[in-house]
Amino acid sequence: MKNTIIRKNAYYDSVTLMSLSSKILDLKGVEEAVVSMATEMNKELLQNVGLATEESHNAGNNDLIIAIKAENENSYEEALKLAEELLNPKNKKKSKGKEEIPKTIDMAMKQFQDANLAVISVPGKFAGREARKALENNLHVMLFSDNVTLEEEKELKEIAREKGLLVMGPDCGTASINNIGLCFSNEVRKGNIGIVGASGTGLQEVMVQIHRLGGGISQALGTGGRDLKEEIGGIMMIESLKALNRDENTEVIVLVSKPPAKSVEKKILEEVKSVEKPVVVCFIDGNREEENDSKAAFVYGLYEAAKKAVEIAGIDKKGIKEENSKLFEKANELKKILKPEQKYFRGLFCGGTLCAEALSILRGKFDHIKSNVAKDEREKLESITGYSGNILIDLGEDEFTVGKPHPMIEPTLRLDKIIEEAKDEEVALILLDFELGYGSHDDPVGVTIKAIKEAKSIASSNGRQLIFVAYICGTDKDKQDYEKQRKMLEEEGVLMAESNMEAANIVIEILSN
Amino acid sequence: MSNINKLFSEELKILNIGTNKFKDDLELQGQKVLQLDWAPPAGGDIEILEIVDKLSSREDIKEANEKTVEIMMNSHPILADVDKAINVIPGMKDNMILHSGPPIEWERMAGPMKGAIIGALIYERLAKDEEEAKKIAASGEIEFAPCNEHCTVGPMAGIVSPSMPVHVIYNKTYGNYSYCTINEGLGKVLRYGAFNDEVIERLKWLENEFAPTIKKALSNIKDGIDIKSIISQGVHMGDECHNRNKASTSLFFREITPYILETDVDSAIVKRVLKFMKENDHYFLNLSMPACKAATDAAHGIENSTIVTTMARNGVDFGIRVSGLGKNQWFTAPANMIKGLMFPGFKEEDASPDIGDSSITETMGIGGFVMGGAPAIVQFVGGTVEDAIGYSEQMYEITVGENTNYSIPTLDFRGSAIGIDIIKVMEKGILPIINTGMAHRVAGIGQVGAGLVNPPMECFKKAILEFNK
Repeated sequence: MKNTIIRKNAYYDSVTLMSLSSKILDLKGVEEAVVSMATEMNKELLQNVGLATEESHNAGNNDLIIAIKAENENSYEEALKLAEELLNPKNKKKSKGKEEIPKTIDMAMKQFQDANLAVISVPGKFAGREARKALENNLHVMLFSDNVTLEEEKELKEIAREKGLLVMGPDCGTASINNIGLCFSNEVRKGNIGIVGASGTGLQEVMVQIHRLGGGISQALGTGGRDLKEEIGGIMMIESLKALNRDENTEVIVLVSKPPAKSVEKKILEEVKSVEKPVVVCFIDGNREEENDSKAAFVYGLYEAAKKAVEIAGIDKKGIKEENSKLFEKANELKKILKPEQKYFRGLFCGGTLCAEALSILRGKFDHIKSNVAKDEREKLESITGYSGNILIDLGEDEFTVGKPHPMIEPTLRLDKIIEEAKDEEVALILLDFELGYGSHDDPVGVTIKAIKEAKSIASSNGRQLIFVAYICGTDKDKQDYEKQRKMLEEEGVLMAESNMEAANIVIEILSN
Repeated sequence: MSNINKLFSEELKILNIGTNKFKDDLELQGQKVLQLDWAPPAGGDIEILEIVDKLSSREDIKEANEKTVEIMMNSHPILADVDKAINVIPGMKDNMILHSGPPIEWERMAGPMKGAIIGALIYERLAKDEEEAKKIAASGEIEFAPCNEHCTVGPMAGIVSPSMPVHVIYNKTYGNYSYCTINEGLGKVLRYGAFNDEVIERLKWLENEFAPTIKKALSNIKDGIDIKSIISQGVHMGDECHNRNKASTSLFFREITPYILETDVDSAIVKRVLKFMKENDHYFLNLSMPACKAATDAAHGIENSTIVTTMARNGVDFGIRVSGLGKNQWFTAPANMIKGLMFPGFKEEDASPDIGDSSITETMGIGGFVMGGAPAIVQFVGGTVEDAIGYSEQMYEITVGENTNYSIPTLDFRGSAIGIDIIKVMEKGILPIINTGMAHRVAGIGQVGAGLVNPPMECFKKAILEFNK
């Protein structure tokens, strides 16, 4: 039983649809399920799975496809019912006296006149326009969408600067304004440390570590990864810095970024000079030797940034443990079970900056690490399949996420990869990160644990033992229940690091000569 | 204080544009979030979107549009006369038949339209039966033209032949005229493509007894009958003057009856005339339509205006015209199927695609646009009162003005949305809402249901591309 239904002019965003498709596919007796907008790409997909019809062929961008192939009519009906249910919230009838659901920002502003912030996650080619509309309405903007052009980014940020508004993004995953987490963000203690970050998981890791060290956050502002490029010139980094300098609840400021373009770095450091408050500058993977006359504290890792900030903020240092000796003992124990041919690690990351940081820490200790986040050509991983040696992969990069949600939303993207690595007899260790907090999956460990078990049993049936090292970027206040997530991993014998840095250090402890 | 620092001291009030997931997690944190029902603007067409943004910022267009809507609102249609089409309709010829919607050739015409043309040819004694009528219609002897290109509008098939009597509407403000036939009532009627003897006899009676009587009555009234005022009152009495005309027909009946009684017409005829009007709840449709037409015609031809002055369907194509573009320049696309309730015994596939000029009412901001104030019609088209209010409210998003002449009681007497702007339609992807009857696709069976329909987006797309040239 297979059938393809087209709904004209029924737009749903791709994140909703993709999670819906996978839920339908999970039903018993369902062989194929495509619930998507009728874009050219999706129509091709439909063709490939044999569910294309003449009607679907003629459908357009704003038409919804519901195509299901099932073993029998019952399964089909059940799948269709589920699809309807999951799609339904949108068709919810408004209750009496309530206003119509607005379709545009202008319409929304009539209903919600005192709105002050727009969170935008629509497809990139429309995102710039929506952001412009938001700015016209004097809204601050959190621009989660990527694929916005540099020209558009520059234009938006110039308008924002003119109006004294924030444009966080494009491609900004994390922010916390007034301790409210936007998009991907952790629930952390309120405090006196303000952060500006040009990287999503980098910002999250600094927030999380500050919280763990007993400190707290006043504001965490994202700028989007390209803010420090020559073309943009760090507009939002500078505006955010100024705002934090003026903010009476902020006493210490942390800047987090990958190393910026030289000219931009100069501008930023110039700005830092005029800040009266202490500033911690964290250029992840930056050049340590570089001299400068800034009074700011320079650090090169995320944990270091958190530690420095907490120290300056005058937080009681009892939260700071230099090394988790028990963990390293355990690592040394496990080291012994490895076979001689098990020489390499494989890092499978959901968080891009965490992957980049791991690379910067591991680089000095191992030869020939390859990664898809590497900037240096010699380190660049050419292909995401069929590689060998020490590898660090960011599964949030475009080659994995075209047409799919980001692995922080849907960590199942990583499961096949885990199994695959287990089959490689040269692999000693698999390094994983898990992100908790708003925006992230409700149970990232839970959906991964089966794959970890399977990987271990594949290895052991081939006479090997596989070591897992993991780090959970999350706090005890996060919605996913940190302790429960952690316990699941510990029960599988996974070595649990307390920071992303520590996870990398464990890898060094186990595999470095 | 800078705006950023101001934000730090305020409660967040968030618009979420995009995935619901972020809204859910913000609500989890106790935040006030308004989720948008976002869809790619301009149907996801970047080229169109660029045009939309370019045109939206033009002041000359804005001014032209306001002027256009002002003309529509200031227009004051009255019923001035009843006369034969050939005597009054500009450009009407002995061998001409007018039809609804955009231009169409005999071969492509919908079933009901062909049926009505056959009926008209028999009525005009140009053919003796169906077979001969078809031959003549296909021969090229007959010139077919859209009503809308002759200051005329017609419901459903909209057929107007030379001898048919028409209401003559005069626009007091701008001095232009418009025309529409006499509504025949429900059941077997020409506008649904029926052409049996009963239909032809009724048409003859309208021509020979009814029309002359009304003409005489009207000649007794100095300023004609004020149609604008009746529509205005009608929409306060539950009419939307497209599918529901009960109140306005009653008001019209009250207005004209004394004048009919004042004529010297034989009382037996007067009785028949009054009975005919009394029994036809839709009599006023054929007055509200030309009244709207008089206003939109007056508003056509305003340079730089992007306001729609015609929406019309012929059962095959839907066509629109735009004030700032050519007089007879149509933008067409295949007409949609109507979604609604079928009368017992009929299935959806029995229905003809959207047909008729009656969507001139929506063009003028009544009909579907004021459905929120016409609760009695809502069930008939298969919806709820809330849906209807929602439609009426949504129309403000694609229009330029609010017409306080026709105000909606259920929206606290807010003026109805008037002046459909092709730029706004394209940008927001919101189409005008039309509530309408459904004709059987086979000629002569009649109405099979009623419901709601939109024009195809394609019409507006073609128009905006042309406008951008």
